[in-house]
Amino acid sequence: MQIGSLQIVKPGLLTSIQDLGRYGHQPSGVPVAGPMDTFSHRLANLLAGNEPDAATIEITLIGPELIVHANTTMAIAGAQFEVSCDDRPVSVGASFHVLTGQRLKFGRLVEGARAYLAVAGGVQTAPVLGSRATHLVSRMGGHQGRALAAGDVIPICADHAMRPLRKAQGLTLPSKHRALLRVMPGPQADWFEADALKTIGGVSFRIAPQSNRMGYRLQGPPLARTNATELISEPLGLGAIQVPSAGEPILLMADRQTAGGYPKIGYVISADLPLAGQLAPGDFIEFHLCTAQEAVAALIARERQLLRFADLKGQV
Amino acid sequence: MRIRHCGDSMLLVELDAVIDPVINERAIQLAARIRGRGAAGVRDVAPGYSTVGVHFDPLQTDLAALERAIETEFGTLASLDTIDDRTPIEIPVCYGGLDGPDLENVARLAGISVDEVIARHAQRAYRVYMLGFVPGFAYMGRVDESIAAPRHRVPRERVPAGSVGIAGQQTGVYPVDSPGGWQLIGRTTTVMFDARRETPSLLTAGDLVRFVPAKEC
Repeated sequence: MQIGSLQIVKPGLLTSIQDLGRYGHQPSGVPVAGPMDTFSHRLANLLAGNEPDAATIEITLIGPELIVHANTTMAIAGAQFEVSCDDRPVSVGASFHVLTGQRLKFGRLVEGARAYLAVAGGVQTAPVLGSRATHLVSRMGGHQGRALAAGDVIPICADHAMRPLRKAQGLTLPSKHRALLRVMPGPQADWFEADALKTIGGVSFRIAPQSNRMGYRLQGPPLARTNATELISEPLGLGAIQVPSAGEPILLMADRQTAGGYPKIGYVISADLPLAGQLAPGDFIEFHLCTAQEAVAALIARERQLLRFADLKGQV
Repeated sequence: MRIRHCGDSMLLVELDAVIDPVINERAIQLAARIRGRGAAGVRDVAPGYSTVGVHFDPLQTDLAALERAIETEFGTLASLDTIDDRTPIEIPVCYGGLDGPDLENVARLAGISVDEVIARHAQRAYRVYMLGFVPGFAYMGRVDESIAAPRHRVPRERVPAGSVGIAGQQTGVYPVDSPGGWQLIGRTTTVMFDARRETPSLLTAGDLVRFVPAKEC
């Protein structure tokens, strides 16, 4: 494989390498990590002609400036940034060609919180335990287990110079600083007052400043427990809404721990988690109860949006 | 046994909600058997103290079949009530001083000497009930009731890798520098987790561990 690189000039606020996550090692306490918005990560890959699990670069609120050392095809999906390639504007939600030495610059953020930059053939850092995803707390994966910094040189595949250009019109996730997330009752839903699940359905929670890739701390009405039992630590999944004793819930996101001892009142469904990934501190979340059947139907609908690009993948 | 849906991509299998070696052994073996089936869509099967988390891709998984498989496997384990003998893994520890800044505190809480805390901590072989928190962090128990100690009300921002701590009747080793609230009584140079090793985590759920006071610190 021919190797090119991305030279990071300015790193942005929190820019990290992600693929679909590090599964298979949760019994050893290894967190999954992966994109906060898997939908946009996959879309960026499909637009760039990649498999959906190729490693991309996740960009948060303030984007990077970088020099591309390869003739290649790239794509950005997710948050609507103003982006330029040298002096030419680049659209989010479409692939574009880049010539070696050109400078990609992320400017103003118009909407959303996280964008995904895909490059044909994928980011080529060394996988750790089968994945390139960066887990910040355990300093694992990505580039030296950390967020990208100025001066970093990131290896990319340079075998697929000019793939056909693709556009995903109208395929952006809505994110007007607010998301309605559908929730299934959690394993300890009955540890709370009877109307607690309804309470979380009727109000807006604000994402607190101390939120991060591990989880969103939510400010809103406290959720009163009726059961004071100490929960024995148990495995956790993506989208768990856990409630510490103070009563303010935490929505567990990509970098969550593998297990925990707080009761879970609910779990956000897979189809809606990408919407949460497009939120930032200060934004609002509303929860809405749903059934397992609705969850699967919603996920299939979400997948259909991507499916029409799937048959284009791998074209050179 | 009860199977609970945690959203649309995880099942939580609950055994009796107790911290007990036999229940834990059943959870560990159940996890291994579910994993061993290699069912399509299953991404990860992780045991807890008395639970098993089954993570799956909802679009690739026959959920009803997965639930039936879990029930079948559990049925063959329900009579498991002994645990095979296994050789404890020894972890050398430098107790006290800068390596264990809370050792004197634990001794004071227990009303015994520092040497007696060390003797009681090193005397038992501990069971690894589960791993979590950070890669390679093993929750072990149970320490002698007399040296059980509460977590710090305000966790330390940085606990050095290798620190050996007590929280309640649990004991454990911090594999990497991380925040932590456990009472730190010593430190080991043993590497608990290294992603480059063939088996990254030194410890696996179900292992036995004995802490050995190091001769040279």
